[in-house]
Amino acid sequence: MAKSHDRQQGTPHIAEEWVGRIYTTICILFLIVSIFSLVYFVASKGLSTFFVNHVNPLDLLTGLKWSPDADIPLFGALPFIVGSFSTSLLAAIIAAPLSFCAAVFMVEIAPNFGRKYLQPVIELLAGIPSVVYGFVGLSVIVPLFRDWFPGQGVGIAAGAVVLSVMILPIITSISTDALAALPKGLKEGSYALGATRWQTIYRIVLPTTLPAQLTGIVLGIARAFGEALAVQMVIGNAPHIPRSLFESTSTLTSAITLSMGNTAMNSIQNNVLWSLAMILMLMTFVFVFIVRWLERRSKLG
Amino acid sequence: MKAKTADKVATTIIIMLASVIVLVLAGLLGYILVRGLSHISFDFLTSAPQSFRKGGGIGPQLFNSIFLLVLTMIITIPIGLGAGIYMSEYAKPSKFTNFIRLIVEVLSSFPSIVVGLFGLLVLVNLFGFGFSLFSGALALTVFNLPLMVRITEQGLKSVPKEQKEASLALGISKWKTIRSVMIPIGIPVILSGTILAAGRVFGEAAALLFTAGMSSPRLDFTDWNPFSPFSPLNPFRPAETLAVHIWKVNSEGLAPDAAQIAAGASAVLVITVLLFNLSARWLGRYMYRKFTAIK
Repeated sequence: MAKSHDRQQGTPHIAEEWVGRIYTTICILFLIVSIFSLVYFVASKGLSTFFVNHVNPLDLLTGLKWSPDADIPLFGALPFIVGSFSTSLLAAIIAAPLSFCAAVFMVEIAPNFGRKYLQPVIELLAGIPSVVYGFVGLSVIVPLFRDWFPGQGVGIAAGAVVLSVMILPIITSISTDALAALPKGLKEGSYALGATRWQTIYRIVLPTTLPAQLTGIVLGIARAFGEALAVQMVIGNAPHIPRSLFESTSTLTSAITLSMGNTAMNSIQNNVLWSLAMILMLMTFVFVFIVRWLERRSKLG
Repeated sequence: MKAKTADKVATTIIIMLASVIVLVLAGLLGYILVRGLSHISFDFLTSAPQSFRKGGGIGPQLFNSIFLLVLTMIITIPIGLGAGIYMSEYAKPSKFTNFIRLIVEVLSSFPSIVVGLFGLLVLVNLFGFGFSLFSGALALTVFNLPLMVRITEQGLKSVPKEQKEASLALGISKWKTIRSVMIPIGIPVILSGTILAAGRVFGEAAALLFTAGMSSPRLDFTDWNPFSPFSPLNPFRPAETLAVHIWKVNSEGLAPDAAQIAAGASAVLVITVLLFNLSARWLGRYMYRKFTAIK
């Protein structure tokens, strides 16, 4: 229908129609070109570690020692990988229950108060820049941990606490949307059977919205995994696997942030950092894949 | 009775944890403002930073942040708007459209530091823009586009179908319909979303470390010729923004009052983001009321 409609127009209309088509198509092309060149350039630099400098990929992934400037340089990135995974997973473990409670509070317990005060408050948390989180972490969390626990206060625990506050808004907003979108009949049916609110939440609401809740958690982990500066400020940046949560360690992002400026382009030291960036990029794909899989599940359920 | 007790206990715990979040935010904002506000003065906001002595300000950084924000939005808004319009109006359900959706999704979850590295490689080195505001703005464009695309789609979706069809039925072309009927109706959503995106640009640092650079040349605020190397308006000069400055002062600051500078700069950053947030809310509501005649 739309096509025949177009054909009946005079020339100026057709010209105008083309302006719109061409303009929006160029914008879309820009988007496509930018993602493809992003992936291409990061991958080509990241892979040159293996193809040009002949570093064994397995050594990189499983090596425990990172000493790029030694006489016999060692590029074991396992400490960074462990650091990244442990901080972001721990952050999700802290943030997920809090977010679920906030969402239940806003949807089931006090919708008026929640929507009016709690939601804007949580949206504000999302807007605070990550360096500010890093600054507060550095001047509040780290000294606090130094007093309470053995060690210098920096480490996975401090990183996870800072990250958990940062990802709280993401998980909460997705959780809230899922709870609000739940068909009313489901809950009403449960209440009609005489179930209490908690029974309804625990037995009906939580299981039915579980895929969506998990989506939120995965997105939160993805965000925490890629966060660079806030983590770098509180994690201590020692390139080894820590024995406790309060010992200095490093993540993929913090290693890149700190070393990228100090290495010459195309040197092996520099290429290895690009390999770390490539790992970050591959993990992004994995997270997106998991999210897509979960979304498909929630549609079926 | 046992179920009732469980219900009460659970409700109490949920309310307690929800209030923990409010307390955390109140504490966070309170801490930043209380520690920072006392350090903010006209002199702090306008003077240049000091590397080793006390009393450095954040003048150039503040200017750079605002300038970078304007540059980024000049590039992002037309591209994001166009791509968003394409996705909501021209794209038909197909494999290709699904693919673009996947791209938008991937791009939106890309770590900003990876986008920064890409900028370093392609914009700074390959295209030879160097560490400059322009490189930074382009990197942030890549970083911000998915957000802008989603905002535009959302805004256009909020337009009632009848209104769009009425325009098409009058024989007005699709592009004209989008421009003169749909965009004006969708503008409250688009505008408030754009302001939120702008707030994100203002606070972004990781992508800028490797594109806009970590230093500012000595700026001459009397020279407004955009081609002069010391002019604040020159888009091809390196520029350290406020967020990058906070990071740098915290990790390698040598000035004796580094902690106060970081606190003051953080307060400025948070206040700006709050202003963005509140104005987005206010403007969205105001325009919605104006366009829909709902009180």
